[in-house]
Amino acid sequence: MPNVKKLISIRNVSKVYDNGEVEVRALDNVSFDIKRGEFVAIMGPSGSGKSTLMHIIGALDKPTTGEYLLDGQNVEKLDEDELAQIRNHKIGFVFQFYNLLPRTTATKNVMIPMMYGGVPKKNRIKLAKKLLDMVGLKDRYNHTPGQLSGGQQQRVAIARALVMNPAIILADEPTGNIASKQAEEVMKIFQDLNKKQHTILMITHEEEIAGYAKRIIKIRDGKIDADIDNGKANVAKAKDF
Amino acid sequence: MDLSELITESISTLALNKVRTGLAMLGVVIGIGSVIALVSLGQASQKMITDSIQSLGSNLLTVVPGFQSEGGVRGSGNVQTLTYEDAKALRQASQLNAIDKVSAEYSSRGQITAGKNNTNTQIIGVEPYYLEVRNVKIKSGTFINQKHLDSLNKVAVLGPTTVTDLFGDAADPIGQTVRVNGQVFTVIGVTVSKGGTGFNNQDDVVYVPITTAQKLLFGETQINSISVSAINEKLMTQAKNEITSYLLARHKIKNPDDADFRIFSQEDILSTATSVTATFTTLLSGIAAISLVVGGIGIMNIMLVTVTERTREIGLRKALGAKKKIIIYQFLTEAVMITFIGGVVGSVIGISVSYILSKSMSLPFVLSFSSIFLAFAVSAGVGIIFGWYPARKAADLQPIEALRYE
Repeated sequence: MPNVKKLISIRNVSKVYDNGEVEVRALDNVSFDIKRGEFVAIMGPSGSGKSTLMHIIGALDKPTTGEYLLDGQNVEKLDEDELAQIRNHKIGFVFQFYNLLPRTTATKNVMIPMMYGGVPKKNRIKLAKKLLDMVGLKDRYNHTPGQLSGGQQQRVAIARALVMNPAIILADEPTGNIASKQAEEVMKIFQDLNKKQHTILMITHEEEIAGYAKRIIKIRDGKIDADIDNGKANVAKAKDF
Repeated sequence: MDLSELITESISTLALNKVRTGLAMLGVVIGIGSVIALVSLGQASQKMITDSIQSLGSNLLTVVPGFQSEGGVRGSGNVQTLTYEDAKALRQASQLNAIDKVSAEYSSRGQITAGKNNTNTQIIGVEPYYLEVRNVKIKSGTFINQKHLDSLNKVAVLGPTTVTDLFGDAADPIGQTVRVNGQVFTVIGVTVSKGGTGFNNQDDVVYVPITTAQKLLFGETQINSISVSAINEKLMTQAKNEITSYLLARHKIKNPDDADFRIFSQEDILSTATSVTATFTTLLSGIAAISLVVGGIGIMNIMLVTVTERTREIGLRKALGAKKKIIIYQFLTEAVMITFIGGVVGSVIGISVSYILSKSMSLPFVLSFSSIFLAFAVSAGVGIIFGWYPARKAADLQPIEALRYE
């Protein structure tokens, strides 16, 4: 595998939105690396450019200028379908609003990335159930999102993010929409995953949530404000699943 | 993602919104159903007309009065150009080698009553030869003979429908009396059913001697037609030519273009009738096809609403790795599933409706597999054509925009 240590390498990345009248520089010449096995929180007020950064890292959008290497691959040079493939194989998304398919069971929701990723049909249910077990939803296989709490839905989303064994888990305000006790449970899952050498990149505006990460990148006005090694990371105290 | 997955995915998606799916399907159901029902009914009436014309006899020529040219003025119809004498002469002429039997007819509609029952029916004045020339069979009693003609007897032979109308199903009308246009006739026979319905019912008829019809019933000397049977089907053309030249000579007409009569063969009538019903069937199915197109537009409309409504879902699917192609396939499959299931339901309804209608109109039931096949092909086509634009629209959505959409 090329460049074993650097999983993500952002080099002089800028993103400019131009609607014809006003030019908005959402990211301004940003550079940083993320190594395999890190747990990074990106913090910043709204409008700071953290969502734009997340979209670029998530291969949902391309930088205007600069270079983005994911696992040694130049993402900014790929076409739409190749980006879809990268998202499927290398990135596990966890969204603020869970984004589960409504009226669809937890198992089926977890199986969606496998369907697009060409995982053989017979393996899918087994793997989906294994991951649902891992996030503590053993008895919720056939529940639809409407029958689950916010925290449970987010755990289904985490199971879905893990199902393709991605290089990085990208979580956008993962606790932004759930009660604080359940938020701690979600953070515990992330810390457990990180212990198993999963790389996690989390976007949040909450100091407390960012405190669970080992490294905090603060971003303001499209530029990196601070890059802190959070040696005294909070430890989520939640029951084991 | 293979086809079976696309189909199961789209069925579960469609099942989530049953009312909407049902309404979208309804347009296709009505379209396909009406195409199949109308084509089937059209073909049934075509078959009925063809059958009843063929039952007249395939070697039959019909001579009818035609245009008559007098001092450059052309008239038609009412002028007395064909007489009973013409028929007799044709029968006796020795130079006509290709013709077998000749039968003159005078027919008109009239009222016929028996006791309290009455019916308006076709009264045909015939000669004894009618039986053979027109392929009519006697079920009971006897047919009209030469003696009846010579002595202007008031005797009648009834068609089965007329018997039912006047005497009911079970009764034996032989020996009973009926009133034809007010005059008393004795029933001497009943014919075997030849089939046909409505205006083309060959059983709704009463036969009387032609002389009686002309002199006592209607006071006419002209005749409506002369039926001539050729010796066999191969001699039809020769028979036609012989009759033409004989009648031209007899009517002292030199130029064949001025002929005051026309000769039809069964083939002529058959091909005219067939082309008329075929045109009619095409017209009807064309109208039905329009409803299919309208149904297709309904599908497009609903698919477009669906795309807008499912923007977030599409964004999510793309974020999770669905390629453009897959999104297009997914939406196309949904559209085609709607039209396909609609096509199946529509076919069943169309077949049932045409079965019920053909039974109630006593038409033969014709199931046209080509129209069912066509209906399926068209419905799948409608799904693809009208599903394409919404599918394209869905696939072109940018994942970030779509995810952000509320």
